[in-house]
Amino acid sequence: MKCNCWCFLAAAMKAAVLIQRWYRRYMARLEMRRRYTWNIFQSIEYAGEQDQLQLSSFFSFMLDNFTQLNGNGPDLISQLLDPVVDPWLDRETCYKLIPVPESYTGPRLSFPLSVSDTDALLGAFKEQQTLHARYVLQLLYETKRLLKQMPNIIHLSTSYTNEITICDLNKHALLSDLIITLSISRLAALQNGLPSAETPYVFNGDFVDRGKKSIEVVSLLFAYLLLYPDYMHLNRGNHEDHIMNLRYGFTKEVMQKYKTHGREILQLFQDVFSLLPIATVIDGKILIVHGGISDQTDLDFLSSIDRHKVKSAMRFPRRSLEHLDIGHSCKRKRRQCGHSRQDSAASTSSSSSSSSSLSSSSSSFCSPRTPSCLSPRPCPSSPSMPYTINVLQVPYLDSLSSVPPPAPPQHDREWKQVVDILWSDPKTQEGCSPNTFRGGGCYFGPDVTRRLLLQHGLQLLIRSHECKQEGYELCHGGQVITIFSASNYYEEGSNRGAYIKVGRELVPRFYQYQVSRTTRKLTLTQRVRAAEGTALKALKEKLFTHRSELLSGLQQYDQNNTGCVSLSEWAQAFESVLRLDLPWRTLRPHLARLAPDGSVDYQSCFEDMEPGIPLPQVTQKLADTLFRYRTDIEIIFNIIDKDHSGLISIEEFRHTWRLFSAHLGVDIDDRAIDDLARSIDFNKDGSIDFTEFLEAFRVVHKLNNKEQQLNGKTAGGK
Amino acid sequence: MTENKQSGESIVPDLHKKIKAAFKSFDYESNNNVDVREIGTIIYSLGCFPTQADLHDIIAEVEEDHTGCIPLDKFLPAMTKVLLEHKFPPIPEDLLLQAFEVLDKQKKGYLEPEELTKHMTEEGELFTQEEMEEMLTALADHKNNYVYYKDLISQLTIDPDL
Repeated sequence: MKCNCWCFLAAAMKAAVLIQRWYRRYMARLEMRRRYTWNIFQSIEYAGEQDQLQLSSFFSFMLDNFTQLNGNGPDLISQLLDPVVDPWLDRETCYKLIPVPESYTGPRLSFPLSVSDTDALLGAFKEQQTLHARYVLQLLYETKRLLKQMPNIIHLSTSYTNEITICDLNKHALLSDLIITLSISRLAALQNGLPSAETPYVFNGDFVDRGKKSIEVVSLLFAYLLLYPDYMHLNRGNHEDHIMNLRYGFTKEVMQKYKTHGREILQLFQDVFSLLPIATVIDGKILIVHGGISDQTDLDFLSSIDRHKVKSAMRFPRRSLEHLDIGHSCKRKRRQCGHSRQDSAASTSSSSSSSSSLSSSSSSFCSPRTPSCLSPRPCPSSPSMPYTINVLQVPYLDSLSSVPPPAPPQHDREWKQVVDILWSDPKTQEGCSPNTFRGGGCYFGPDVTRRLLLQHGLQLLIRSHECKQEGYELCHGGQVITIFSASNYYEEGSNRGAYIKVGRELVPRFYQYQVSRTTRKLTLTQRVRAAEGTALKALKEKLFTHRSELLSGLQQYDQNNTGCVSLSEWAQAFESVLRLDLPWRTLRPHLARLAPDGSVDYQSCFEDMEPGIPLPQVTQKLADTLFRYRTDIEIIFNIIDKDHSGLISIEEFRHTWRLFSAHLGVDIDDRAIDDLARSIDFNKDGSIDFTEFLEAFRVVHKLNNKEQQLNGKTAGGK
Repeated sequence: MTENKQSGESIVPDLHKKIKAAFKSFDYESNNNVDVREIGTIIYSLGCFPTQADLHDIIAEVEEDHTGCIPLDKFLPAMTKVLLEHKFPPIPEDLLLQAFEVLDKQKKGYLEPEELTKHMTEEGELFTQEEMEEMLTALADHKNNYVYYKDLISQLTIDPDL
């Protein structure tokens, strides 16, 4: 008996060790997958933001060139991108004349707002209702009036209030996140409470874009702002910008929900956004901004500017030729020749006066290129990409003189200071350099932070702008806190959200949470799988939209056309084409199959994807471009389609497409475009239903993702 | 691990890339150093099944004296050796099944949470309370909380191999 017991104990211990080892290894694998998934999301997001840089430079390019092609006066594009302030929207009649039908069951707001109005809004939005356009306009009108009275930098004091809560809803703000934070909710355990004297709030920007409920979120925020102007504070974020909204979905959401009054609503939003304060300071010690700072940030200067003039970070101030007095150019040249930077490619760009960027400053948007100096690869992703400084070549006597850009006038400096605040990111390395990922703002190091805090007697910088897995992150020796309040930003389970509370002792306290769609607690395994599935789907879409380039890269290693390359070659090709910093070898099993001899069957990478509907007759290259820039093209078409009919004329289609491909440097001949245009003019009436056209270029996943998750596997290779 | 069928010369650079990729995921400051506490996760994720004692040995070999950090230039050669020698091979599924069956004295086909907890937290290379909670959440059946180990083994070991 005794022997048996002893044997059992020994065996049990061995068994336990085995199970423990196995389980720990399993958890480590899971943790690694979680990190890789995170990597994928972040790389694609940054790559996406570089694309947006592309779009903004294209808009400028279009503005400079479209008018000339058309020959008409101020065209519809410039009207939307650079609208003249419509005085009508400043008057109460802008909304008073809009009738609200009896059949409307949503909230009817009465101004000045009371708690019953904000409660009604909360309730209505939970029930998926839409606020009537009249009330949206009225809300915006009143918000605009209030914001006009506010300074650029808000100063708060903890002596008059309880602890202040600081959040950043960020893009993709789920309505549920806002509701969780603000109100009593059955969805989550954490309830911070509605804004009030007891619970003052600072919301640190990015109220709109990417989710489907941006209007609801921002309406609630503005409503609380009107209700409690002393306890509710909003900072501007980089998405409070009408051009960003064009790209990231807010414009589309507004147009879809408000077909009749969408444009007026967007116009008012644009005004309101540019009137949002830029920063908040608590007790003169804690600075809160959306993005960050630069080595040029000057809070005193920022307090003095007209912040509403910086409508969009993407429309850098136009500098006209009037600034340059050509007659005196050579004198100036002699004085400043030590500072001039010449770009030989730019010597032919004398007409792009509106696009010169600031020289030698640490942040500026890339100036748009003219067709003559395009490179085949349009997306700048390496820090070595130079900022093209457009130096004017002017004829003087018998030679050409180079005129360096003049010293930045006042409004350029204003623009740069604001953009730095809204777009910068902290980095571990010292110094300040252009933020090439975002295309605007800076990377600022711990020395920059130290200097600024010292200069203004501050002790802490709280900012947002970047998603963090735990909802918050400290850096620069604790002098900078990044706070991110949208949980599940990329996907269910991708990250937690967090907010900060700060009291009189000025020590921040962090509150983390995660909203879960299901009431049952998801295991880490399930969450990782779900997030991984979504990340891989996004990654595969990227592969598909770069198919021709990837194939030509791969074929360089496969001269005999066997369809296979080694793992190293496969990883090399993907790395160099996509330029996403991802662990390709580890991801391979999800993306490609192996041939029997262990090499990679690279065609299998593209098996899972297909276009939405049968493609019109286009070349592979044109198709890839259309897939890749589908969203951008859609935005442009939407702008052109003034009456929201879903149709544009063939002429407009041709013009737009020619410009776009010229700007991208994609070599697509006119005939291909004409054929394309004619083939999609189904009714032969000279108009194109672009929605239907674009449907063909939406990437569709063949396998139902849900099925894959149920089986516990992911698609791809083994 | 079909990738090993490639010629011997190309294995080592590939291993290096794999090891570096895993290492980088924990290199928060981008200075080629990771916290020593993350080494276990890194090594496990590279396909190895070391015991805690094994881990301690590796750490002793590569840790930068008492800094709590492990530099890449020390980790890389050590880990490459481990992988080339297949030093900590995986646990075969049937062995794992036997292990569970040993603990399941009454041969019920499942383990009650208390049973499993007792073994995991009192024997062998003890689990922390956190690890135990996560294991139960992950493995226990939702209705009755039993751990049906037979199904679990196949489910949880299906994993795209590195």
